[in-house]
Amino acid sequence: MVTDTTPDLAAVRSEPTTVKDTPAYRTFKVANAVALLIVCAVTLYPFVNLVAKAFSSEGYIAAGEVNLIPRGFNVQTFDVVMGDAMFWLNYKNTVVYTVVGTFISMALTTPYAYALSRRHLKGRTFFIGIAVFTMFFSGGLIPNYILVADVLHMRNTLWAIVLPGAISVFNLLVMKSFFENFPNDLEEAAAIDGLTTYGIFFRIVLPLSKAVLATMTLFYAVSMWNSWFSAFLYLDQKELFPVTVYLRNLIAAASNPAAGMGGQEVVQIGANIQSVTMLLTVLPIVCFYPFIQRYFVSGVMLGSVKG
Amino acid sequence: MAQAAGMVTTVPPIDDAPSSSPPREQPRRPGRGRTTWRRALRKDWRLYSFVVLPVLFFLIFKYVPMIGNVIAFRRFRPGGNPLGDEWVGFYYFEMFIHNQQFWQVFWNTVILGLLTLAICFPLPIVLALMLNELRSRRFKKIVQTISYLPHFMSIVIVAGLVLQLTAVSGTVNQVVEAFGGDAIAFMQQPDWFRTIYVSSEVWQTVGWGTILYLAALTTVDDQLYEAARIDGANRWQQTWHITLPGIRPTMMVLLILNIGSFMAVGFEKVLLLQNPLVYATGDVISTYLYRVGIQSAQFSYGTAIGLFEALIGLALVLSANFASRRLVGASLW
Repeated sequence: MVTDTTPDLAAVRSEPTTVKDTPAYRTFKVANAVALLIVCAVTLYPFVNLVAKAFSSEGYIAAGEVNLIPRGFNVQTFDVVMGDAMFWLNYKNTVVYTVVGTFISMALTTPYAYALSRRHLKGRTFFIGIAVFTMFFSGGLIPNYILVADVLHMRNTLWAIVLPGAISVFNLLVMKSFFENFPNDLEEAAAIDGLTTYGIFFRIVLPLSKAVLATMTLFYAVSMWNSWFSAFLYLDQKELFPVTVYLRNLIAAASNPAAGMGGQEVVQIGANIQSVTMLLTVLPIVCFYPFIQRYFVSGVMLGSVKG
Repeated sequence: MAQAAGMVTTVPPIDDAPSSSPPREQPRRPGRGRTTWRRALRKDWRLYSFVVLPVLFFLIFKYVPMIGNVIAFRRFRPGGNPLGDEWVGFYYFEMFIHNQQFWQVFWNTVILGLLTLAICFPLPIVLALMLNELRSRRFKKIVQTISYLPHFMSIVIVAGLVLQLTAVSGTVNQVVEAFGGDAIAFMQQPDWFRTIYVSSEVWQTVGWGTILYLAALTTVDDQLYEAARIDGANRWQQTWHITLPGIRPTMMVLLILNIGSFMAVGFEKVLLLQNPLVYATGDVISTYLYRVGIQSAQFSYGTAIGLFEALIGLALVLSANFASRRLVGASLW
């Protein structure tokens, strides 16, 4: 797209300019709109292809004949995948991990962000510093693994999934800058009325912060829903896997049967089954997406523009 | 054009101390003096109760593993002392420095990181500028909504989509065949790994990456454009001389952050996409470290590599931040 527009822009430079659009700029606008349409098409294509493959017969997929529309219409695979008890069990695990993880994350992040937003708090710089430093330097994979698996004995428990990443420093800083914009007078007035810090926090600050709380909850929930690696690392009982690990194992077995379980005898898992499983996994996100998208955008903006 | 410089910072402001004053200087209110810890605790104990659990979280899950890095210098035995049994000095560092395979994954990391940076850093700027030229708000909204979508997908899904599209019977090969080429087993050829990785990264991140730039674009003063038009500047000149300098602080901050995560190049995605056939280009430090450290249980050796990688990352972000503050006056802190 870049190369498409550059010649037009270069042409504009030598044109005499008036307040009205020059013909070259009008050409650019059309080229720009077309380029953006192409961006949209390229972004959406993999999803369209996924849906088409999910409703096609394996034979047509293997022959490379499924692109935009399903060939050999087939919904039986949905029965097969949805009939797999392990799939539902793992799906349920994802829901549990997401709910518990999001709750813990919010319960830790919100009060901390509020405390850090109070300028008079002694030691504030230190409390901010220990959080920010972890953005740029971390203990690394193996010391984390030893801590969680060997020292805390959290293997094959929910805690290994929800605790090690409970506070996202980015979310913490976004919340902190939101709380900082709170009018001080409001809290001073509340203090005069006899409210303690707890009263102010729970009865004034939180009710007035619903938007930012919703945004942060969504940030945590989506990243928890999508996460797979800590489950992959710390869980080895199938019944505990989240659906992302279920899907990962399916894809790994399909693209590399030897690495899967039993060498050549294992039947290749077809692209059709993979597509159905992927589709069922992304479905909740895609369904909620139109409604949650603006919260995300506002969350990013919230922490970004200052001044 | 210096109007916006230094006023707009991206990413959550780390502290409110004005960036012109030297860091770590506490603004002190006159007449207050230093409050002692005892008095502060008595007055604000409820507020301090808010920080107890989060601080414990950081200590246990972030700082203890940092101390755990000590096993890079000590021999660790599974089941033995979690901090290692005896000192071995730089033994494990020498081990990887003399290991050819390490240098291969090191250079793979650098190349993949540079490619990702060179392509995935500027594209959101271009896309944001293109979106900014749209007059129709509705169309703009639709493009934004669609291009943000991949950001919300799990990496497992993204990897699954990539593997399907690049399969021998996948769409990419159908295009290749339509142009008279032969189908390529993309995921089995080291030559293609970088292209595929970077393309998928572009697909997933470029749309979402525009948000901060679009926000920064709205803060550019309209009067500047008006003045430029009166002076006879066309759209291209306005973009070059007003828009780009206006979003420069945002660009610098994002560049610094990108450089900071440069050595970690999408560990999870590489892990999902790679297979032994493409290790020649597709194996990076983090995935190598995962294989030798976790899968082959060489904990001390893996930790030494991880520490090396983390220190390079830290040095990169510090020097990028320093250079940016010196050269353009924008920095993270």
